Amino acid sequence: MNHVISPAARRRRTRATTALVATATLALVACGASDADDNGPSSGAGDGRVKVALILKTFSNPYFVSMEKSAQAAAAQLGVDLVVSAGSSDTDTGAQLKAINNAIAGGFEGIIITSNGDAVNAALQRARTAGQYTIALDTLPTPPSTVNLTYATDNTQAGRIIGKWTASKLTGRPATIALLDAVNTAVISVDVQRNHGFLEGIGIPVGDPKINGKAPGSGQYKGGMGGSYEIVCELPTNGTIPQGKSAMQTCLQKNPDINVVYAVNEPAAQGASQALADAKSDAIVVAIDGGCSNLQFVESGSIDATAAQFPGKMAALGVQAIHDLVTEKARPKTSEGRDFFDTGVMLFTNDPQPGISSTDVAGARKLCWG
Amino acid sequence: MGTTTAKRIDIASEEVAGLAPRQTPLDRIQRQLHAHPALGPLIVLVTTCIVFGLLNPRFVAAQNISLMLQQVAVVAALGVAQTLIILTAGIDLSIGYAMILALLVMAQAAANNEVAGLIALLLGLAVGVGSGVVNGTLVTRLRVPPFIATLGTLFVFQSAGLLYAKGQTTQATEMPHLLNWTGDPVTIGPLNLINGVLVALGLYLVVHYILTQTQWGRHVYAVGDDVEAARLAGIRTNRVLFSVYVFAGLIVGVAAWISIGYAGAADPNNAVDANLQSITAVVIGGTSLFGGRGGVIGTLFGALIVVAFTSGLTLANVNNLYQPIAQGVLVIAAVAIDQWIRRVKR
Repeated sequence: MNHVISPAARRRRTRATTALVATATLALVACGASDADDNGPSSGAGDGRVKVALILKTFSNPYFVSMEKSAQAAAAQLGVDLVVSAGSSDTDTGAQLKAINNAIAGGFEGIIITSNGDAVNAALQRARTAGQYTIALDTLPTPPSTVNLTYATDNTQAGRIIGKWTASKLTGRPATIALLDAVNTAVISVDVQRNHGFLEGIGIPVGDPKINGKAPGSGQYKGGMGGSYEIVCELPTNGTIPQGKSAMQTCLQKNPDINVVYAVNEPAAQGASQALADAKSDAIVVAIDGGCSNLQFVESGSIDATAAQFPGKMAALGVQAIHDLVTEKARPKTSEGRDFFDTGVMLFTNDPQPGISSTDVAGARKLCWG
Repeated sequence: MGTTTAKRIDIASEEVAGLAPRQTPLDRIQRQLHAHPALGPLIVLVTTCIVFGLLNPRFVAAQNISLMLQQVAVVAALGVAQTLIILTAGIDLSIGYAMILALLVMAQAAANNEVAGLIALLLGLAVGVGSGVVNGTLVTRLRVPPFIATLGTLFVFQSAGLLYAKGQTTQATEMPHLLNWTGDPVTIGPLNLINGVLVALGLYLVVHYILTQTQWGRHVYAVGDDVEAARLAGIRTNRVLFSVYVFAGLIVGVAAWISIGYAGAADPNNAVDANLQSITAVVIGGTSLFGGRGGVIGTLFGALIVVAFTSGLTLANVNNLYQPIAQGVLVIAAVAIDQWIRRVKR
């Protein structure tokens, strides 16, 4: 399903549709003539402006809406024509495939996508064969070379900074830990990376680098001043408020002395903090995301610290990259030693710890997404 | 069907001949389970509680029972609606997203459009009823099988909710207190509950009464058991079916209210797998997927069994992955037992 958000976008889309018909033949000729990705399409669509398709997962998640906003702003600044589409759900791969095919047929110069998964890889390859530049946002495809470049959060690093912050905050006290993951019935890379990053940051071995739930149940954490730890429970939350609350309630039944809670995202942390408040516990709660609507919980202290991502930056850099590729043939680079460009993470907290860079809530309001 | 009738005739003739069929203890169990569909799940629930209580006494402490009741309230409320529909040999896959749509309308009407709390609540309930009207119309007028009709409306309600709320979460603090009232604490004896638990239990009492004590309730069973026989007996089957979906829709609206209270927020992700959870509760609760047999009390036990496994396995230090396995085994066992019970010798 193609949503169109603003009248401006609708105009662009209409124009793009006209362009689609008008230049289909031209594009076919162009893609026959160009050889793979080093040469962009030799001609744009009609008015000479760079045309880029931005394909999101959904318009329902503020995270992706934030991408759209920043991409529109960057496109306006660079004079890029941006056509935005999205699926109806996080698993609507059909809509993404359709959007990719439309972009190929429409002779667009580039595709920027937050893919639903590797099911779209073949279509992205087709686009590259047709001479288009492809940029992935947020999710690194397998293999990473499927696209020209990926702009994403280093989720392990995001977990690591909240882990380090927690270790420092504990000042050597014993850590009684609840781990609130996204799921337990599937291995989702983001879920594992965040969890393992947190454990690494606090200084606890992850047990098995591929899956969650294998860290030793107790021992010594090495971060901060170091100390003893116990992992009381590790439960799935689906990243939602009620399941975060429910999981935390169950964990507190097992051990009411839990003093550290890791949550895979802010809604799960919000649910957990309700359960903690009901139990009159003042455990440390750390999470990952950086959504503007969740800053109130950082401000009130129900979430003590959260590692923010920058979806808007990913999208803006993506538009810039395609623009530069087309106009200057400038190849975008990955971050050093990585297979993607790391758009960075920033710790939002009103309780800064020595040696860990962070931003307070007031500053965070300018950096958050949504 | 044919073989059952033949068997009945056999038994009858044996009885006439003074040769009463020998009843094995298994036959007696089968007969009891047939007569009391909630008995099986009650036994499972009690056994579960004893086992987990022995593994960790904290499991049966008042505080843990309070929390399990809080955790089960939303699914239990949806289970009442799902039971009604499954009793008619239908199924409602759209139930979770209908609830999310209702709670988003409630919350946003109040928070963004400054509608008074009571009006917002009624609007949300109306959305629930509306979802029932849509499903009921599809099933009774357009003759779309319930599985397909509600699979379709699942997608419609899902997207409608997302489009309406634009993915935004509304916090309880932004709403009038009435919408969040279901989350207020209430103490009953040793139990620390929330109002939502009492509302859910109230639904069970009311619907149990309606199903067992009213003509409408008997019609629901009759339609579910054999729609053709019910029609021949003079029951306006389409009207009964339609009213079941509408009533279920109203209950979905109430579940939405409970959900806001428990979560302290109206979030488009509040209960994405609630449809499957409610079906699980109904099935484990001993209501037959073929309609006409079962009841809401079994569903309450079914919902409690599922939440007891989550809590009990965690307290017993068992990897949480065993919870879905246990749940799956229970669902299959419940349906297998149902098939066995349906073959009861009369």
